[in-house]
Amino acid sequence: MRRIPFILAALLLAAPAQAQDAIRIVGSSTVFPFATAVAEQFGRTTDYKTPVIESTGSGGGLKLFCSGAGLDTPSITNASRRIKASEVESCASNGVTEIVEVKLGFDGIVIANSKRTGRFDLTKEQIFRALAKQVPIGGKLVDNPYTTWAEIDPSLPTTKIEVLGPPPTSGTRDAFVELAMEGGAKAVPMLAALRKEDKNQFKAVAHAIREDGVYVEAGENDNLIVSKLEANPAALGVFGFSFLDQNADRIQGSLVEGVEPTFENIADGAYGISRSLYFYVKKAHVGNVAGIEGYLDEFTGDAATGEDGYLSDKGLIPLGDEERAAVRTATLGLSLLSLE
Amino acid sequence: MSDLNGQADATAKRRLAKRYAAERRFRLYGASAIAVALLSLVFLLGSTVLQAIPGFTHHVVTLDFDLDATKLDPAGTRDPAEIGRADFSRLVKVSLREEFPDVRDRRERRQLQRLVSTGAAYDLRDAVLADPSLIGSRLSLAVPMSDDADLLLKGEIDRDVPEGDRRVSDRQVAWLDQWVAAGRVERVFWTRFFTSGDSREPELAGIWGAMVGTFWTLLVTLLLSFPLGVSAAIYLEEFAPRNRATDFIEVNINNLAAVPSIVFGLLGLAVFLNFFGMPRSAPLVGGVVLALMTLPTVIIASRSAVQAVPPSIREAALGVGASPLQVVAHHVLPLAMPGIMTGTIIGMARALGETAPLLMIGMVAFIVDIPGGPTDPSAVLPVQVYLWADAPERAWVYKTSAAILVLLTFLIAMNLTAVLLRNRFERRW
Repeated sequence: MRRIPFILAALLLAAPAQAQDAIRIVGSSTVFPFATAVAEQFGRTTDYKTPVIESTGSGGGLKLFCSGAGLDTPSITNASRRIKASEVESCASNGVTEIVEVKLGFDGIVIANSKRTGRFDLTKEQIFRALAKQVPIGGKLVDNPYTTWAEIDPSLPTTKIEVLGPPPTSGTRDAFVELAMEGGAKAVPMLAALRKEDKNQFKAVAHAIREDGVYVEAGENDNLIVSKLEANPAALGVFGFSFLDQNADRIQGSLVEGVEPTFENIADGAYGISRSLYFYVKKAHVGNVAGIEGYLDEFTGDAATGEDGYLSDKGLIPLGDEERAAVRTATLGLSLLSLE
Repeated sequence: MSDLNGQADATAKRRLAKRYAAERRFRLYGASAIAVALLSLVFLLGSTVLQAIPGFTHHVVTLDFDLDATKLDPAGTRDPAEIGRADFSRLVKVSLREEFPDVRDRRERRQLQRLVSTGAAYDLRDAVLADPSLIGSRLSLAVPMSDDADLLLKGEIDRDVPEGDRRVSDRQVAWLDQWVAAGRVERVFWTRFFTSGDSREPELAGIWGAMVGTFWTLLVTLLLSFPLGVSAAIYLEEFAPRNRATDFIEVNINNLAAVPSIVFGLLGLAVFLNFFGMPRSAPLVGGVVLALMTLPTVIIASRSAVQAVPPSIREAALGVGASPLQVVAHHVLPLAMPGIMTGTIIGMARALGETAPLLMIGMVAFIVDIPGGPTDPSAVLPVQVYLWADAPERAWVYKTSAAILVLLTFLIAMNLTAVLLRNRFERRW
């Protein structure tokens, strides 16, 4: 009851504020550091306003993006995974039928520890055995019994298994589970057989991370994980490559399947845990929201996403030259997304 | 007899000693509780201040720029718009190349360019636009170094670790040392931190945008919560009948004061953004949401301030013929004002530190432009802290602490004002 005068006051104040002047961008926290760098450069070198970027997570961003076609909805959403068919449908049911997909590069997920201890050399199967909720032992699925790395493989150190990583809401966690855990599960013959029989059952086993305190959910803040690794040399941490790149004097990335997480290895696909980064544009907004073409031009240009572009300084691993040229042509021509 | 007495005496003494010991122990517990609280406060503030100090300063290097008229203003019109569009980052590159002419390799040139901030080109442009007569001459200008070079010079990046493990290569260290030896590098107090908006580069980022956003947000909060809160409090205390309805309202106000702030954010998203279609990320919506959140605090504080005005004053006023409205307007409200102000300031201080409700309405965003009014997109101080804490570059650690110190300064200033107001104007009857 007391709120009525308020809402009226709010309405009166809000009335003149409908026009949209800056590009509105939402989405993945992984793409956020790259998108903001491009947005700032775009804002400084053109007469347009600097785009406003919110870090909402890939899923949250797509939800906002698909909520409608009106100019009060975001024009662009960033994603650290590809848009799902279900999301394309939900977009279409809200009137967002024309979407342009832009692949901007790769991001590696590293498993790192403090420089003060030895470097780990892990296989995906070992990662799976260390972190899965249930592991196959003697032909049966049992609750994960491993407490030290040496129990999994005598070649590994005898230290306690302790891994700090992102929570389930994070896109990094999704990609880690899909690439590392699932990849490791496929290497176990019994689970590979299960995969052929019952795909859902396999996914349930491969995607379940143990909840007995060995895997510690350390929040979305990767800086926090880095400083915790420094304080606790026995622990491993899971996070994006750019944080390893920035803190290479304090932490080291573990080898996965014998490959070191370096810029070159991720770029040519040798390093096994890497994913593509995307952003999606509403075609209907191009021409109606000022500056979108310029932003796309800046983002796909050599200065930003080229091999020596400023985004590679920020930790983005760019596409190969040929693919990048193709993406640029498709983006500037506003080719529509099709999920084959 | 005397024996018995002596025994009783000894028991009593023992008991007394025990009671004294208990007393001392109790005081010790209390003192140690305070000591623990103080120690953690000192630790928290100490670590923040220590980390903030590098955030307030930055290294600049003085470079010579050749302001070639054919590149800056080929038409010779001296039109600011034309000059502003010139490629100033090219001039910076040329200047660096002249500085170290033996650097020919493309990779090495890039390393050299990375020593100087991308902001150097913006500073150069500003200098030329401020004084177009410089075009055609050589200009010596102190430009910011990049965050990595700055951290190395500050000693935050250890130059003794192997080359591959640090962000600054041996070659870059050698160039930096050469500049330092020539006296071209200077560590200055970084005013840009207080005058510019957010940026992706730590050395160019500032909190002015967040401060302006905070100002607009808190202004809206104050304009809504103060009049509404005070009128609600006065009505409930002075005019409302005591019945079940007012009891119900009172219980609800007390409950609302304890509702977690994120709930108000969800309400803001559902009501103001989705239903009324107000703009996202705007201080207007943030202010309204925070006003809802602080309203119960303001009402409760105002009610107790109004209650504290003795009834004799009201009765005296009524006795000389004042109307109830006059009693309130001429006597109760002025006397209760210091208490109301204190409550409002404390409520506003709480609103100043909130991020959770703003997350839902899109104020947790990267916003470079300084907001010009309550409907422009903007961030607020605690949001800026949150965003910077999450950024990968090492230099952000220090910027985050510096921003925390600025936020704490505002909080302490507001709370201090509340205490001063109370001490200066409060009357006891």
